[in-house]
Amino acid sequence: MATSGMMTSGFSPVMANPGMSFQERSVEVSTGTTIMATEFDGGVIIGADSRTTTGAYIANRVTDKLTKVTDYIYCCRSGSAADTQAIADIVKYHINFQRMEMGEEPLVKTVAYIFKQLCYDYRDQLTAGIIVAGWDKRDGGQVYSIPISGMVQRMPFCTGGSGSTYIYGFVDSQFKPNQSKEDSLQFVSKAVSLAINRDGSSGGIIRLAAISKDGVERFTLTGDQLPKFYEDS
Amino acid sequence: MSSIGTGYDLSASQFSPDGRVFQVEYAQKAVENSGTAVGIRGKDGVVFGVEKLITSKLYEKGDNKRILNVDRHVGAAFAGLNADARHLVERARDEASSYRHSYGDPIPLRHLTERVAGYVHAHTLYSSVRPFGVSMILGSMEQDGPQMYLIDPSGVSWGYHGCAVGKAKQNAKTEIEKLKMKDMTVRELVKEVAKIIYIVHDEVKDKAFDLELSWVGEITGGKHELVPPEVFVEAEKYAKEALEESDDSDEEDL
Repeated sequence: MATSGMMTSGFSPVMANPGMSFQERSVEVSTGTTIMATEFDGGVIIGADSRTTTGAYIANRVTDKLTKVTDYIYCCRSGSAADTQAIADIVKYHINFQRMEMGEEPLVKTVAYIFKQLCYDYRDQLTAGIIVAGWDKRDGGQVYSIPISGMVQRMPFCTGGSGSTYIYGFVDSQFKPNQSKEDSLQFVSKAVSLAINRDGSSGGIIRLAAISKDGVERFTLTGDQLPKFYEDS
Repeated sequence: MSSIGTGYDLSASQFSPDGRVFQVEYAQKAVENSGTAVGIRGKDGVVFGVEKLITSKLYEKGDNKRILNVDRHVGAAFAGLNADARHLVERARDEASSYRHSYGDPIPLRHLTERVAGYVHAHTLYSSVRPFGVSMILGSMEQDGPQMYLIDPSGVSWGYHGCAVGKAKQNAKTEIEKLKMKDMTVRELVKEVAKIIYIVHDEVKDKAFDLELSWVGEITGGKHELVPPEVFVEAEKYAKEALEESDDSDEEDL
């Protein structure tokens, strides 16, 4: 492999495909990511960065990682883009069936349990870290975390993806239960912005959504609107 | 029953020319031979009462219960063939536990009823099976209050405030209709249920019987269980006294 230009068979990093290295083609498309969800008084706020990477290459800089499951329940996806999209599609199918059978809007807990069952059953084949968040009339706003091998746990707030490691200190110190919607939106956008600043695999714009009994409101924060922090080092 | 023996009653999978499924009707007859079962849904829970006929003095007391638990929050009272009912209750238990496993929540009674009724109905469609000779009343306590449903051998189900199945279902229903059950607590209803069972019991045709009483509601913390001994004794006493009073007044009328 040292004399790559002389090789006649197999892949060589230089010859394989100009503009795209061997490494880039074999590394899966991944949402190396920052995702987040928090309960507030009356619902939940979810947020995510918008970067999708293939190794070092940014495959999509305006990705939407906030994926709809029902009118009142969304999931935040992290891990393999393909895996998490496929799981979300399957859960959507199951939950639409469930809604027909039960004759009412599904519970957030029900959606979280279906995600969990799939993530657990196929834990050896999947790379998926998902946050399920939404509103239902029984339990109000709820956040469920489903980390990589298929556990499920309800939490008042939750972060996920590679960027989350950089902001544990921030969220733990700043989270307050039963905040207003506006304060919670601020909390999430600050947290995701901080993660984007430190995590190379997170970036782009911030996508946000507020889910309550009135349904979903979506927001985007473009580059110039991101909360600013100390940036010298 | 003028059409008995015309050859259309040998299979549950065949209609008669006038549009009936005789095997299902016979199954309903089997239910009507059984001791009466009553269920009443009050404002804070559901009460079940069953007249369990004792056909021999040699039987040990308390066996072959006709009120059973399906799940923590669901109880079932039934009339009809005991063995069929036990199979059906087992099916209901499987459905309830499977729902709990999948979704981490107790099964909503309406959903459980639909699943069990679907199973009962499937037994009215094939020549290789016989319908269930059972009418089952299911009751539960849920977040939005008490629930009660009845499933009959044809596989249809209805939600009820008060229902009765078995021998004396007509008399029992007449008695239930006298109650304002929507404003009553299970503590009050359990006495009325005991009374109804005693009133409708036919002591000429069926001599001995055991009273079974159960409830589910706020009073039990949402758990279905047989009523505690002291409540049972009190309810039975109330029932017997009410019966004696009505006997006395009957004599006066004469």
